[in-house]
Amino acid sequence: MPRLQSNLDTRSEDYARNRADMLQMLEEMNALLEEAARGGGEEAHRRLAARGKMPLRQRIAHALDRDSPFLEISPLAAWRSDYQVGSGFVLGVGVIEGIECVTLGHDPSVMAGAFNPFNGKKLMRGLEIARVNRLPYVQFVESAGADLRGGGGDGDPEAALRRDTGHFAESGRLFYEITELSKLRIPTISVVFGASTAGGAYQPGMSDYNILIRGQSQIALGGPPLVKMATGEDADVESLAGAEMHATVSGLGDYLAEDEMDAIAKCREVMAHLNWKKLGPEPSGRFAEPAYDPEELLGLVPRDLKAPFDIREAIARIVDDSYFEEFKPLYGPTLVCGWTSVCGYPVGILANNGALFSESSEKAAQFIQLANLSDTPLVFLHNITGYIVGSDFEQRGITKNGSKMINAVSNSTVPHVSMILGASYGAGNYGMSGRAFGPRFTFIWPTAKIAVMGPRQMAGVMSIVGRAAAARRGIPFDEAADAKRAANVEFWAEERSKGLFATSRVSDDGMVDPRDSRAVLAMALSAAHSNQVRGAKEFGTWRM
Amino acid sequence: MAHVVGPEPARPIRRLLVANRGEIARRIFRACRELGISTAAVYADDDAAAPFVAEADVAVALAGRSAAETYLDAAKLIAAAARAGADAIHPGYGFLSENADFARGVIEAGLTWIGPAPETIAKMGDKLAAKALMASAGVPTLAAAKVSSERQARQAARAIGYPVLIKAAAGGGGRGMRLVETEKDLRAALASARREAGAAFGDDTVFLERWVGAARHLEIQILGDRHGNLVHLFERECSIQRRHQKLIEESPSSALDEKTRAAMCAAALTAAKSLSYVSAGTVEFLLAEGEFWFLEVNARLQVEHPVTEAVTGADIVIEQIRIAQGEPLSFAQADLKSRGWAIEARVCAEDPERDFLPAPGKVLAWRASRAAPARFDSGVETGTLVSSEFDAMVAKVIAHAASRREAAALLARALETTRIQGLTTNRDFLVACLRSPQFLAGDTTTDFIDRAAIPRRRVFEREALVQSAIAAAMEAQARRRARARVLASMPTGWRNTPMPLEGVAYDAAGEEVALGYRAQRDGSFQFVVDGQARRVVVHCAGHGEADFAIDGLRATFLVDPAGEQWLVHGPAGDVELAERPRYPVAAGAELTGGLKAPMPGVIRAVAVKAGERVSRGQLLVVLEAMKMEHRILAPHDGVVDEVGVTVGEQVGNGQRLLSLSIAQAQAAE
Repeated sequence: MPRLQSNLDTRSEDYARNRADMLQMLEEMNALLEEAARGGGEEAHRRLAARGKMPLRQRIAHALDRDSPFLEISPLAAWRSDYQVGSGFVLGVGVIEGIECVTLGHDPSVMAGAFNPFNGKKLMRGLEIARVNRLPYVQFVESAGADLRGGGGDGDPEAALRRDTGHFAESGRLFYEITELSKLRIPTISVVFGASTAGGAYQPGMSDYNILIRGQSQIALGGPPLVKMATGEDADVESLAGAEMHATVSGLGDYLAEDEMDAIAKCREVMAHLNWKKLGPEPSGRFAEPAYDPEELLGLVPRDLKAPFDIREAIARIVDDSYFEEFKPLYGPTLVCGWTSVCGYPVGILANNGALFSESSEKAAQFIQLANLSDTPLVFLHNITGYIVGSDFEQRGITKNGSKMINAVSNSTVPHVSMILGASYGAGNYGMSGRAFGPRFTFIWPTAKIAVMGPRQMAGVMSIVGRAAAARRGIPFDEAADAKRAANVEFWAEERSKGLFATSRVSDDGMVDPRDSRAVLAMALSAAHSNQVRGAKEFGTWRM
Repeated sequence: MAHVVGPEPARPIRRLLVANRGEIARRIFRACRELGISTAAVYADDDAAAPFVAEADVAVALAGRSAAETYLDAAKLIAAAARAGADAIHPGYGFLSENADFARGVIEAGLTWIGPAPETIAKMGDKLAAKALMASAGVPTLAAAKVSSERQARQAARAIGYPVLIKAAAGGGGRGMRLVETEKDLRAALASARREAGAAFGDDTVFLERWVGAARHLEIQILGDRHGNLVHLFERECSIQRRHQKLIEESPSSALDEKTRAAMCAAALTAAKSLSYVSAGTVEFLLAEGEFWFLEVNARLQVEHPVTEAVTGADIVIEQIRIAQGEPLSFAQADLKSRGWAIEARVCAEDPERDFLPAPGKVLAWRASRAAPARFDSGVETGTLVSSEFDAMVAKVIAHAASRREAAALLARALETTRIQGLTTNRDFLVACLRSPQFLAGDTTTDFIDRAAIPRRRVFEREALVQSAIAAAMEAQARRRARARVLASMPTGWRNTPMPLEGVAYDAAGEEVALGYRAQRDGSFQFVVDGQARRVVVHCAGHGEADFAIDGLRATFLVDPAGEQWLVHGPAGDVELAERPRYPVAAGAELTGGLKAPMPGVIRAVAVKAGERVSRGQLLVVLEAMKMEHRILAPHDGVVDEVGVTVGEQVGNGQRLLSLSIAQAQAAE
């Protein structure tokens, strides 16, 4: 097998600077991860412990198989928002009784586990991961319910209303998706650690298995206050919603646990009897680690993304034995395509080495079809400023050929995993199986930038458009105001394009340490192989 | 053979059957292998998987469990020799080794008997007659009296003077031996000594002997051939005993000066000569304040013969076989020198904390020391059952060095670094004995164990327990990763975000060791134990051997799981850890409102009353419904608070039948 030859100069100034920058970004990321992991803080954890309760991370850790890996998804959701970083919610893919599953739940130490837009999005993402990858779904339920405080904290509540398109009338999809999993024969297990009232009652309500904890779980369509308001009944909470009542009278509870550890043990017992089998092929057990040190990934990508780097250097430090059988290396060289494997899972890789041209787009479309013919998953390594623009390129069909690539990506049915190392701008993001194109997982490096275009380009475009409008109307162009506006646009565009911002909006599955790329890809591929791995037979019409 | 004297014709042995078991069978097989003789074993049911059976060229099952049904059944043994095609029998020690009838039977069956002539055995078998014979030959003896009734015993004891020792007339090894301090204990001691003697030797005759306190047990090894050659191989001291059985033996003795040694050896040769002794034997003496008395002759191979072999370089078993084949001894008295010091310790499956009571069980892990050169005469390997039917001795360990102090240090180290796990043994006690100032000073009288106050149990340093726990945790994680059904190629405990530490807790030597750990990016582990962070670098784990460094200190630990237990053997020796369950069994609470009828029906029986303590699964009420009897059982241990129904009563669905609360005692636990 051809092995990649590295030309990375680890003694160069660029390498040292890139590495220092990356380590600084990782330090920032790790500090935020620590903050997210603290949840509601020590005081809140003490209060929980006094009631025999554990913070969510502890519950999850106790449920997982000892020493098994756990991939947390979107751990930095809600950064730079009104909510606690992490969103008071943990979502991840872990192993329970030898079965990979989606595990998630609200953290009772953060606002008593209340819903917010960020953790709501994580919950829906968890359901999606379970559905598309066919992973059993384990939810640790304990939530105060919706955050009834409305609007946007102490800001102008109307401002939020003016921009927000959400409405209650669209809510409840999560319950639909839980029962849909059951229909798809994907097991759903609820362990109810606390209150699960109102809409929340349907979380266990729609689940295949419910484990309740004596004196702790409470499930009711309406809690005592709502019951009082609705019917005037003075309901006592145990007979209205108690675990023992549900286990002995209503039948909503399938297992009655004595305490949290007992509930977790029962959850594992349920997993153990599922008779679960993954549908995808097993990975090859025989593979070698990369021939080059993954530690060197730290010095590869420049912070400002202006200087190009050879994406093969990344591939050489991620894939098995650094081997890479390159497809059409001499044609459309700005897109590197080739065959390799990651921890024994065969994959095709599409990786950017410059803007996408007609040739590279067509090469991508062909490569994606080949991967579908052989049921081979695809990994997309993004560092893409976009499809090339200009009249010459348009005349040679760049839109048409770019569309072929997007057609292939959209209709491909083998699992896709996206990893954004640097830029992922504009339609380049689409062609490289960006989030909206349904990759099974999307991860970003701290150096990632995701936007419709580069911030400077965006500011410049707005300036040119403004100047043209002024000229059309025959009014003088205010250069000073334009410069100020351009700087402003560039600043905010830059901020919003940063990986941290993207990941805080749950528009990917999380920011990862570059050195973890191989492990993250392996977990993503393994999860994807819980479902069938079957290539598409048909695509959309190829525009010729 | 030109000139042959003795009770049987000599001929070369082709296959030798050992009418014994355990370490001595293996010991004799080893000698046979060196002489080019084929081996045959016999075995009782519990020994079917024992190493000595596997090591023999052929083996014959004796079909039975008890000693009486097997190794004490002369007819079965002789038939087994025929079945095995053996032409000789070695009886080992114990069992029928000093049974003259058996020896005779063997010879009559046309087989070669490896041992003294039956007549010699018979003469020495009666301990009292033997004493009289020796006294007449001029060997000093202790006052003694044969007793057949309790009254006779009382009289004899008064004549000798308390304390007196009750001994079995038919055998040694401490069986049937009782020390009686005062007359009021005589009756019970006599009865139990008889019982034990009867069970061990098939003869419950006992005699009384003067008790000499603060004495030493000395013995002289002798060897005689059929050509009239007779030699002694110097003394052994076997003073350290418990329950009248030897525990630590050595040669030479620290208590003998040259003059006494010469006198004692001469007395032994006198005794042997008076018997025209052929084969190996031991003349036992009691020594106190420079004076010694003849005790008895053991007309057989002794357990502790290896210490003599170590200092003299002779192979006593090989000599026994040669002698039986009619060959002369390989050496003359003048050739024999005692060099250096040898000490033997008997590792037994017994509990020093419970007065050395036998503690049979299965050896779950065995490995002779690799840290100190010593001779291991072991009857066990990993997996061997130490049956309650037979002797609790598991192995003998013998160290030989230039001086007594070095031999003691070597033996202690060899014992300490031997792996023997899964059953309780006296090993730690032996190590403590060998390192005690009293032992090192040579202060070893027969009351050593009562006097020296040797700790019966080892006290571990906390760090030794922590290291063992880390070894168990690392071995366990490696095994789990190797067994993982999915994601087996992922680094152990991989995380992309901060998660709580992996946790495991063990009970070891009465202490709890709770560990938290997390794999680091560089492949090392960060451990948190007793509030301290430790860095652990694992070089290898998962195959029963964990090689790792804790904060830079590297060592290899043998680690094996046994149920909930982890058997760890590291630099601190054997440590057993019980892993606490990951999910503690939650105490079941009372179902509020009590136990309810699962369906409408009629009460057919009420099996409990209010206030009654019940255990989980116990029948409480029988309900008949749908023509079927439904038995309502206690869901947990508890106390019946109230019974709400009577027999014949019709009950509705969900009606409360009785209420059951958790027992107070349990709730308090």
